Amino acid sequence: MATGPSPWVTSFDYEEKDLKVIGKNPADRSDALEKVTGRARFAADYNLPGQLVGCVLRSPHAHARVLSIDTSAAESLPGVKAVVTRDDFPDLQSEVAAAGELMVNYRDVTRNIMAREKVFYDGHAVAAVAATDRRTAKQALKLIRVDYDVLPHVIDVVEAMQPDAPLLHENQFTAGITPKPDRPSNIATQMTSKLGDVVTGFKQADLVIEREFNTKPIHQGYIEPHACVANYTSGGGGSAEVWASTQGHFVFQAQIAKVLQMDISKVRVNPAELGGGFGGKNTVYLEPLAVLLSKKSGAPVKMKMDRNEVLRATGPTSGTNTKVKIGVTKDGKITAAQAELNYQSGAFPGSALALATMTVFTRYDLKNVLVVGHDVTCNRPKVAAYRAPGAPMIAFAVESVMDELAEGLGMDPIDLRLLNAASEGTKTHMGGTLDRIGYVETLEAAKAHEHLKTPLGPNQGRGIATGYWFTLGNETSGTLNISTDGTAAFIYGTVDVAGGSRTVFAQMIAEELGIALDKVRVIQSDTSSLGFNFTTAGSRGTAAGGTVAVKTCRDAIVRMCEIAARIWDVDVEQVSWKDGHAVPAGANVGEFEPLSVADLAKQASWYGGTIAGHAELNVAGGGPGFGAHLVDVEVDRETGAVKVLRYSIIQDAGKAVFPDYVKAQFHGGAVQGIGMALNEEYIYNDKGIMENAGFLDYRIPVASDVPFIDTTIVEVPSPNHPYGVRGIGEVPIIPPLAAISNAIYDAVGVRMRDHPMSPPKVLKALSGT
Amino acid sequence: MKRTMKRTMKKTHVSTVINGDEIDFLCDPSQTLLDVLRDELQMTGTKEGCGTGDCGACSVTVDGVLVCSCLVLGVEAEGAEIQTVEGMAGPDGDLHPLQRKFVEHVALQCGICTPGLLIAARSLLANNPDPSEQEVRFGLAGNLCRCTGYHNIIKAVLDAAAEMRSA
Ligand code: FES
Ligand code: FES
Repeated sequence: MATGPSPWVTSFDYEEKDLKVIGKNPADRSDALEKVTGRARFAADYNLPGQLVGCVLRSPHAHARVLSIDTSAAESLPGVKAVVTRDDFPDLQSEVAAAGELMVNYRDVTRNIMAREKVFYDGHAVAAVAATDRRTAKQALKLIRVDYDVLPHVIDVVEAMQPDAPLLHENQFTAGITPKPDRPSNIATQMTSKLGDVVTGFKQADLVIEREFNTKPIHQGYIEPHACVANYTSGGGGSAEVWASTQGHFVFQAQIAKVLQMDISKVRVNPAELGGGFGGKNTVYLEPLAVLLSKKSGAPVKMKMDRNEVLRATGPTSGTNTKVKIGVTKDGKITAAQAELNYQSGAFPGSALALATMTVFTRYDLKNVLVVGHDVTCNRPKVAAYRAPGAPMIAFAVESVMDELAEGLGMDPIDLRLLNAASEGTKTHMGGTLDRIGYVETLEAAKAHEHLKTPLGPNQGRGIATGYWFTLGNETSGTLNISTDGTAAFIYGTVDVAGGSRTVFAQMIAEELGIALDKVRVIQSDTSSLGFNFTTAGSRGTAAGGTVAVKTCRDAIVRMCEIAARIWDVDVEQVSWKDGHAVPAGANVGEFEPLSVADLAKQASWYGGTIAGHAELNVAGGGPGFGAHLVDVEVDRETGAVKVLRYSIIQDAGKAVFPDYVKAQFHGGAVQGIGMALNEEYIYNDKGIMENAGFLDYRIPVASDVPFIDTTIVEVPSPNHPYGVRGIGEVPIIPPLAAISNAIYDAVGVRMRDHPMSPPKVLKALSGT
Repeated sequence: MKRTMKRTMKKTHVSTVINGDEIDFLCDPSQTLLDVLRDELQMTGTKEGCGTGDCGACSVTVDGVLVCSCLVLGVEAEGAEIQTVEGMAGPDGDLHPLQRKFVEHVALQCGICTPGLLIAARSLLANNPDPSEQEVRFGLAGNLCRCTGYHNIIKAVLDAAAEMRSA
């Protein structure tokens, strides 16, 4: 099979035109009414007749060999209908596949959903039970006897990299190093990204700053715990139907089929309304267990995690250790930039290291770059993608160092960034050059922002930081059906991860077809009603999904022009499409009244058949997005508490299809970033057990923690999207860590390089000054 | 047929009024009101985010008092009057001003927190019809939302309060 970037990708050139629907806030959002009335159905809201309840037994140890599992007592408890353990799952060989922004290895997926040789973290699944009710299932879990040989564990990334650290995988030799090392290591991979020559670059510098940063793992924190219902039928060689909380039902389908060695087409996954994912619902946890329990018991099985399980066994993002070194001339031109990234991947290899390595410095126009990264296994849950995976932590480092450089040079921090800003044609260290981007426009809008004119009081400070993220393309399919009354139904196969996709697709379709927005219905597909759709990840929902929506319209327009040609008895070349109507292509074609979608739909049957449009594309990646954040904080010198007083976001959206919704994404991303910066962290005890596995102690921001967030949408259209759209969902989480750290420095003169910037850490830093 | 199994647990009969309707249910003593609503009565509008009283997704009112239904036992609801999100809109489907303002202000994204926030906000406004921004923020601090950053939620509640005052 061919590998590497495919040349067979599709994109549409941006066309500047008058827009009737796109760019205006629609009065209504198709998903909102269901959500405010409680009628929207999330995965845990699905029930099947006769369903059983499934529960998971989880490891109480951070690292242990599983010697034996005795399920006999559990199986004989009345009400228990099935028990599964490692013995029920086929062993799988190493095989890597994409699942959102991160890659997964099926060898590890099967071991992550159900421990085999060893448990690798507190919360690792070791058995699952299906019973008539939850109480019985929970009781059965207590009757399962697992014999563990407890092993030394390692949590911290730097400790895990040491040669004498407890080793998770005896057969793991660091990849990316030649010759192959002769000793196994927790360092799964070493990765390098290079441009020019940093040694020469640093020699040209007048000022060089090098700093080290540490961040703790944090969880995506979606409010909806993972849940699913599965029903296995043995007829026809065995097939399964699953309702799941997922960001990518087609990827779940493939993963379930692989893990259970079923035919992919025999697994049908129905995505439920998603109660938040942020990258954490790109891979299976419960679903294969539920299918297998259903197979064994002969009844449908419903499973849901509680919050403790969500925090202990899913997500989170990597804890990291990073070093960044940047050199500048006295005029502020960067001469060289270097970074070392050490990223936890958790129990199995595969952190966001590759993405982080590629994007460390990508907002700057640099000649000499060297990035070396390590993907490090340790006794924590296997990390999952989290909104711009890997980026906030490295932006924390880069943008903090930029701030120190600006100070050292006596230069305005925005001017320093402008002087070094990437723009169209900039060669990046990840390879390739940038198309038209809006970083300079974003920085200029930040510089002109009236936020910067607000006076600051004592112990108050201001920080700025910027972020960059790409927009993923990938496989996307959709179908448009025009009914005989001229209304349209669009079936999409991405997942509407935050309730905006349905509306923006409808807007694009209304725009393309020239029909009213309320004449378009947008419907979520299951895995059997469309061609493959990759996970909604990498900010691709509106960009890639929208490209497909547009393509289905253009496909239907071809068909409608054909019908018009037949009605008028002219050649199809003599018909063109204008403002939602088939019109004669020129004066010589003849005098014909324009035909609307409704006119054509009414007559379609007689003139050859119904009107539909299809797209099954591998969409090219959309334009990268850039954002700048300005923040004012106040530091309480007594307690170390940091209060966010004012927050402003300036971001290039390419084109905001639904502007209020774009702003809502900015708000949400930034507040997640604020939570990450100030509060959130995984806390482990000396046995490697997570000590804050609940929302009381793992504290995400609440309404009283944050102010209103000011937003400015910059629009520099992406050249590769029909409406200029750039992905916008991920960029807003990138700058907050660094922006807040820079603001704290401005307020009280201490540089925070250890995350989170929680009261004890800030107090400690203050006492050191 | 000969019975071989001994019954270990009997369920309790509970009579309530939910959203104005008389509703009876059977529950075992360990079931929470949230479990009863969702699993026994199929009223899945009320959501579960934590089960430990920390997220507010399960907010309902019991005899007019805002509670986390995951912290109330089903049997405690005997004789109580319960209100859930399913009862917020009028009988002919007219949305409550808070529901309308949530839609208008894009105060929801994924929507899993929305039922709890609407119930909590209605309770807040019943006690304080003219809250300041800070009062709304503190009043809703028990309801977690991971998607919105709260900006549009606060705007929607303030706007709904203004409309309800002038009505
Ligand atoms: S589910 Fe009751 S407070 Fe979270
Ligand atoms: S809208 Fe998703 S948690 Fe609030």
